Amino acid sequence: MITARINQIEVQVPEGTSILDGARRVQVKIPTLCKHKDLAATAACGICIVRNKGGNKLIRACCTPLENGMEITTHDHEIVDVRRSTLELILSNHPQACLTCGRNGECELQSLAADFNVPMETIKRYVKDVAPDRSTGSIILEFQKCIKCGRCIQVCQEVQNVWALSFLDRGINTRMAPAGDITLAESPCVKCGQCSAHCPTGAIVENDETPLVWEALHDPNKVCVVQIAPSVRVTVGEAFGLPPGTNLTKKLYAGLRRLGFTAVFDTNFSADLTIVEEASEFIERFVHKRGPLPLITSCCPSWTDFMEKNHYDFIDNFSTAKSPQQMLGVLAKTYYAQKLGIDPAKMFVVSIMPCTAKKYELSRTDEMYASGFKDVDVALTTRELARMLKQSGIEFLALDDGKPDSILGDYTGAGTIFGATGGVMEAALRTAYFYATGKKLDKIELDSVRGLQGVKEATIMVAGSPVRVAVAHGLANVEQVLNSVRAAWKAGQESPYHFIEVMACPGGCIGGGGQPYGVDNERRKLRIAGLYQDDRESEIRCSHENPEVVRVYSDFLGKPLGARAHELLHTRYTARPLYKR
Amino acid sequence: MKLTRQDLEAIAAQPDVDPPEWIRVQLDTGGIAAGAESAFSALANARNERHLSFSLLRAGSIGYSFADPVVEVQSAGMPRVHYGQVSPEVAEAILDQHVVGRKLLDDHVIATRARSLEIGAPVTHVLVCDTGEGAGSKTEFFQFSFNEELKRRGLSDRVQVARALDIGIYDEGAVVQLLPSAVTYANVLAPDVARIVAESIENGRVLDDLLWKTPDKQVRVALRHCGNVDPGRIDDYIRRVGGYQGLRRALFDLTPEQVIAEMKTSALRGRGGAGFPTWMKWQLTRAQPAPQRYVICNGDEGDPGAFMDRSVLESDPHAVLEGMLIAGYAMGASKGYFYIRAEYPKAVERIERAIQEAREHGLLGEQILGSDFSFEAKIRLGAGAFVCGEETALIASIEGRRGSPSPRPPYPSVRGLWGMPTAINNVETLACVSAILEKGGERFSSFGTATSKGTKVFAVTGKVRNAQLVEVPMGTTLREIIYDICGGVLDERDIKAVQTGGPSGGVIPVQHLDTPVSYETLQQLGSIMGSGGMLVMDKTDSMVEVAKFYLKFCVDESCGKCAPCRIGGYQLLQILDRISRGRGSAEDLVQIKRICLAMQRASLCGLGQTASNPVLSTLRYFGEEYQAFIEGGPSYARKMSRAAAGGAGAAAAPPRAAAAPAAQPSSGGAEL
Repeated sequence: MITARINQIEVQVPEGTSILDGARRVQVKIPTLCKHKDLAATAACGICIVRNKGGNKLIRACCTPLENGMEITTHDHEIVDVRRSTLELILSNHPQACLTCGRNGECELQSLAADFNVPMETIKRYVKDVAPDRSTGSIILEFQKCIKCGRCIQVCQEVQNVWALSFLDRGINTRMAPAGDITLAESPCVKCGQCSAHCPTGAIVENDETPLVWEALHDPNKVCVVQIAPSVRVTVGEAFGLPPGTNLTKKLYAGLRRLGFTAVFDTNFSADLTIVEEASEFIERFVHKRGPLPLITSCCPSWTDFMEKNHYDFIDNFSTAKSPQQMLGVLAKTYYAQKLGIDPAKMFVVSIMPCTAKKYELSRTDEMYASGFKDVDVALTTRELARMLKQSGIEFLALDDGKPDSILGDYTGAGTIFGATGGVMEAALRTAYFYATGKKLDKIELDSVRGLQGVKEATIMVAGSPVRVAVAHGLANVEQVLNSVRAAWKAGQESPYHFIEVMACPGGCIGGGGQPYGVDNERRKLRIAGLYQDDRESEIRCSHENPEVVRVYSDFLGKPLGARAHELLHTRYTARPLYKR
Repeated sequence: MKLTRQDLEAIAAQPDVDPPEWIRVQLDTGGIAAGAESAFSALANARNERHLSFSLLRAGSIGYSFADPVVEVQSAGMPRVHYGQVSPEVAEAILDQHVVGRKLLDDHVIATRARSLEIGAPVTHVLVCDTGEGAGSKTEFFQFSFNEELKRRGLSDRVQVARALDIGIYDEGAVVQLLPSAVTYANVLAPDVARIVAESIENGRVLDDLLWKTPDKQVRVALRHCGNVDPGRIDDYIRRVGGYQGLRRALFDLTPEQVIAEMKTSALRGRGGAGFPTWMKWQLTRAQPAPQRYVICNGDEGDPGAFMDRSVLESDPHAVLEGMLIAGYAMGASKGYFYIRAEYPKAVERIERAIQEAREHGLLGEQILGSDFSFEAKIRLGAGAFVCGEETALIASIEGRRGSPSPRPPYPSVRGLWGMPTAINNVETLACVSAILEKGGERFSSFGTATSKGTKVFAVTGKVRNAQLVEVPMGTTLREIIYDICGGVLDERDIKAVQTGGPSGGVIPVQHLDTPVSYETLQQLGSIMGSGGMLVMDKTDSMVEVAKFYLKFCVDESCGKCAPCRIGGYQLLQILDRISRGRGSAEDLVQIKRICLAMQRASLCGLGQTASNPVLSTLRYFGEEYQAFIEGGPSYARKMSRAAAGGAGAAAAPPRAAAAPAAQPSSGGAEL
């Protein structure tokens, strides 16, 4: 333990604790800008400077560990003065566009400027005119607003191992941009949006497509339907001041209906459907030995994109089952449209997703048009939905509970946990176990695949054979899992895993790039807890037991993995090696 | 052939000596830029045509940048002399007149600084040089007088009188050096000529009233072999000048702890600028348990006007490599990297060759000299970012990452290259290390001041008469360096200030010229030692422009990582620019101080923390110049810039800062 004093208050912390964290323990808040709770300090901004008694330099609280006997002063005249000057310098290099910025009201720089009461501009503004990068259609890089804190680059390189973003040039011309100064679309970017989730300002935002949705909603010739992704229900409340993890499923049903959607579906339903297909695929490969193992989940579009770019040797191992978003879209424009006699051409399917990559998934391959139309027309992020709800004049939190539309709306606990890391695996095993044994798992909660550990492993006995599974989230963790499989193959051995789940974002979809700002591990845990609670409180907790899923098969799809299911619910993958032009 | 301990001991007992007749051409970058290679081939061709037998040798630079290209000549019956400004024509003349005709060439001899107080052998040559007002104007007169006097006494067959290019003494009237003894007379007047000839030349007596007794102020430790050893032949280093004897001593006579103790005795502090005690750096690195440790030689010299490290790498690469090996042995490191900027191709080439030759001779690789110590060295090129001289940025660059600094702690001695304990030593530091191990730490620490021991190399450039490398004991005053060693200010102008420490340093005004140079004193004056750049400015230099020049350098070189440096530097430059155009206001001066404070206090690395020093120190000593721009407005600014543009050498800025010293001293008028 380290004993030191911060502003004369004694503090005891474990060795290696930064001054910043140490100060938090004694209720001293040292202002910071570039430091993100979950990321290593880059020490870029220079706002968190403090003084150690006897030292002739000011030191950065974010990256300097507390040492025994330190006497830290966090605020004195000079420190505050220098902080303010530094902040003013940062502001002098930042456009004054707060009122029209995507982060207005949620910006870390804005609130710091407010805290410091920076009265007026004394340093002449210098902002280089650089056009934003809109090339991906998912994420927009607003270079002008970047304060070069480096969080996005850290996340992109270290957490996601994607290496799309980097710093280019130097000095005042330093900028965050796709490495090699190409467009983001040409870069290795997988559109996961973690850069955006970690950005303190409005420099990286989702491509706001709410105008398209408003236009459709106001078009009398369009029949607008909507679906809500599993994780959105426990995060959207944050945009309205509720604590993370608050489950607002029923308010969302009501709110979306008020927005003008003719039908409100739940992506949890199609998550159940995905599980039925995927579990059947697993049984095919594991029990009937038809197809290669390990089976790897594919419902995360960033992950499939990453795999197609970096790990295409695993294409055959990928589950061909579409993601829940696409399954619901195709069923809406085929089965549902037929059933209700709606012209699918007039149908407009909107999905509310935690994710920026879902925007990209809509037109990922030809299979995304299986209904004969674009299966899902627009994917909005949680943040965009919150904005729409606020614009609409609906008192969202005061609404009475609503209901989803029948047939594509009912869901099980297995569907809802899709939004958390390990959830797809857990849901799939619940069903696969039943398919293999005809019995229900004794304990359907698989604690070993839950939680925020980067790679989780478990072995479940299914009909006397062990099923070895691995769950990875945060793309940097994938490599380790895949390499162990590669190593085993190379050595002529069986893969160490039979089933692998990968989610691109840390924590799974609840930590997605389109979720309300301010994500850190604490929030991730609370959001995940919200989903598991929803699961616990569900009457039905296995996907194959979802009565509506059963009905859709009997009415329309036939058998899991059957011809129609194959046509509508499955997709293909292509190798897309990077930097080959 | 792999050498062993016994081989080195045998060599130490009986070193090689120079062949009887040779010409050594100084082929460093500065020399080559001035035409040393043409001089070399001219000498080679002429030698073959004339069927002469002397050895034509290569060497690095002794540091006389003002006289490049420089060759040194040893010919039978002649005093050993340096010739400067050796064009191919001069090279041929050296052969015909000096080697064949046994006569010194006029106007190219650089007199030896190792002056004697006694006349040993009979005088054969007399060098004359007028160093007084209008230097050089009376040289011919004295040559004529001496010749007449010698003729009168019938000595003209025996003694030759030559005009020297430079005699190493300045503003002391006519100076006369007798060769081969090198007894030197200063402030010689016309009537003295007869006395000198009669008493000194004819009778071998020293004239005490004229004798120049001031010893040479330079002490060469880091530069000890520069200009005297062939950087491309390890044998020359090992067999003739005692190379690798320091390493032998370390490996076989001392334990690693004792090597560190020897370094502690020497009190050597890092010569890259920060002045951290070298022994402590090694000890901290050694104390860190690790499977692997690294030594890095920081050769990313980038200060405008600084070329010490380049010269040492090019002129004496093995001294640096030997220093690295000793460092590796002392701290238990088995791998070393030379990080050299890519703009120094000659230095890279010579270190490459040094590494290869050392490996062939068993001085790199497994079990060096038959000991248990193994070491490998590699080269990494810096891509021209000044900030990569900062140790954490340097490490990032070697690892293949973007060269920007990281927070310390952890210090490299704890977690450095590839996460392993790493000691980063500057080129000059390592060159001193090998000397310290060879000659002992006590000898080194006998030079210098109480807190700054030993010697330091400076690259003196700017408005100075003889731009050159000097190595002096710490504690030598700026005045001694500029006036006594480098000959004072160009064109007899008044000195205004000296800039030390490069872009991280500051200006030292004329009233502080008598300050003894040390880490501490320079800091007290608002400047720093830095790596050893020293830029002389005269009265025509505008201090606002000087501040702008250095600040612009730092703004261009900022890695852009931290906000105070990235934006602060840029904004500061805008304000300075405004002021220098006569568009500044009093408010701007307040703003300058505020931004400077933020940069100093909140920047992450040394570059940002010190980038404002040139601004602050010019404000401190020359605040009235800023005021004049602010009060005078645009018309004053235009007047100043016209004055700067016109008039030879009257540039408003240090003209030879960036290009020195490859260019000749007269290239004034560069615009910033």
